[in-house]
Amino acid sequence: MDPSTIVVVGAGQAGCQAAASLRERRYGGRLVLVGAESHLPYQRPPLSKGHVTGQVQRDTLWLHPASFYQHQDIELYLAETVDEIDRDGRRVRLGSGETLPYDHLVLALGARNRPLTVAGAELDGVVALRTLDEADSLRERLAAATNVVIVGGGFIGMEIAATAAKLGRAATVIEVADRLMGRVLSTQTSKFLLGAHRSRGLNIGLGTSVSRIEGRDGVVSAVHTSDGRQLPADLVIVGIGAVPNVELAAAAGLKVDNGIVVDEYLRTEDPDISAVGDCVSCPSRFAGGLPVRLESVQNATGQPRSLAVRLAGGEPAPYDAVPWFWSDQADLKLQIAGLIAGHGSTALRGSLEGERFSVFCFDEGGALIGVESVNSPSDHMVARRLIQSGVPVTREQILDPELDLRALALGKVGKPSTATH
Amino acid sequence: MKVTYVRPGHEDEIVEVEDGTTVMQAAVSNGITEIVAECGGTLACATCHVYVSEDDLDRVGEIGPDEEEMLDFTASPREDGSRLSCQIAMSAELDGLVVRVPPEQY
Repeated sequence: MDPSTIVVVGAGQAGCQAAASLRERRYGGRLVLVGAESHLPYQRPPLSKGHVTGQVQRDTLWLHPASFYQHQDIELYLAETVDEIDRDGRRVRLGSGETLPYDHLVLALGARNRPLTVAGAELDGVVALRTLDEADSLRERLAAATNVVIVGGGFIGMEIAATAAKLGRAATVIEVADRLMGRVLSTQTSKFLLGAHRSRGLNIGLGTSVSRIEGRDGVVSAVHTSDGRQLPADLVIVGIGAVPNVELAAAAGLKVDNGIVVDEYLRTEDPDISAVGDCVSCPSRFAGGLPVRLESVQNATGQPRSLAVRLAGGEPAPYDAVPWFWSDQADLKLQIAGLIAGHGSTALRGSLEGERFSVFCFDEGGALIGVESVNSPSDHMVARRLIQSGVPVTREQILDPELDLRALALGKVGKPSTATH
Repeated sequence: MKVTYVRPGHEDEIVEVEDGTTVMQAAVSNGITEIVAECGGTLACATCHVYVSEDDLDRVGEIGPDEEEMLDFTASPREDGSRLSCQIAMSAELDGLVVRVPPEQY
């Protein structure tokens, strides 16, 4: 069970976690971590927030110090790609031409930004954000910008828009759907955030898209929208979602369907290849057993930790952590536990006006499947525990202001109360 | 200024820390991996839990309201000295701080 060489492809949060967790689990063989970027593995979440404002120092972004990789005997190949997997020969060919043999291969290939394909998208000043280099460039551009247009009202778009506004820039968000973060949030929370961001000075256009981008001398000057507006812009930031990096796996004949297909043990159909993080589609009991592909720090750390147990010769267990997410937008701390797709009823606790509340989402059968919290970290922690454990909790209980949620999650409250309120 | 991390199954680690750096960040920067700090210090995860020694409790300052709530959900049991290390910024007054690292963070 203890393969003699494990190669991890991708040195983002998931790949780095895979390597670190393998050593933590006392995997004693050769361990190689291959990353396409030239930097030490780093955290991405601050890139759209504190890194851009300068609040976060660059050297606090590294997931581990350089010495960590030496001490842990992790061979770090940076600024290096894997171009091909030879499954029969169990080796990978690197961009440099070198080949690396493996006994087990871990694919942590991540995702890449979905490109904007309208005319003018190639102009100078039209940028996206994923990497540290892009974040460095964005920081400089934001410092010099006057009118910023953000294409896409998702997590990244709203985080950057809030950051731009904080820096005193005139910021406008263009979202094609009829609400913000519609893919991941309930209508109620989505509506709240729209009002909260508008009241903080963001211009937000819903139900509209970019028809073309206008430039002068190769530099962006305006954004034209599908509803006929022309927005002056000297910086356009595109955040319209991500697509999983599956090409390497697909070329090797591995099954791909909105991500590299793995089972709940994170195995591909090749017993010598596993995959983790943003690039995988993995069945989840929190999605009714359906495969889901998640882009989050929690998924990118939870999956590799689970995988490392199996690869280091431990008792394999299915990956079974409740998904959770966070997004800091201006002074709004948004935290989500569980997956709310297909939810039916909701229940609100807290105060929308006070900007401190949680929306509890239930499925058609009345089971709690997800909770969105704004400035309510305790609710979020409670929710994670409730959803993970499956402790039954009813909508009526949630609506009862007398109910001590914390006590319920900590097992200090008995069965669901049948009291009527 | 210095912080000592008492680590289960390891030797104590004494780390030189700059003014303003959090006890969480100093741990991460020095490869003390038991401080997981999944959210990078934004009070979203409770995986940078430490136990501050009794002698130091007075000088590490008050627990903030959000931290107070999060501390009820740490993976290792909450004790009197429980803190989230991302909320303790080092200063001259904290020189020589000793924190014990819990066995589990998630």
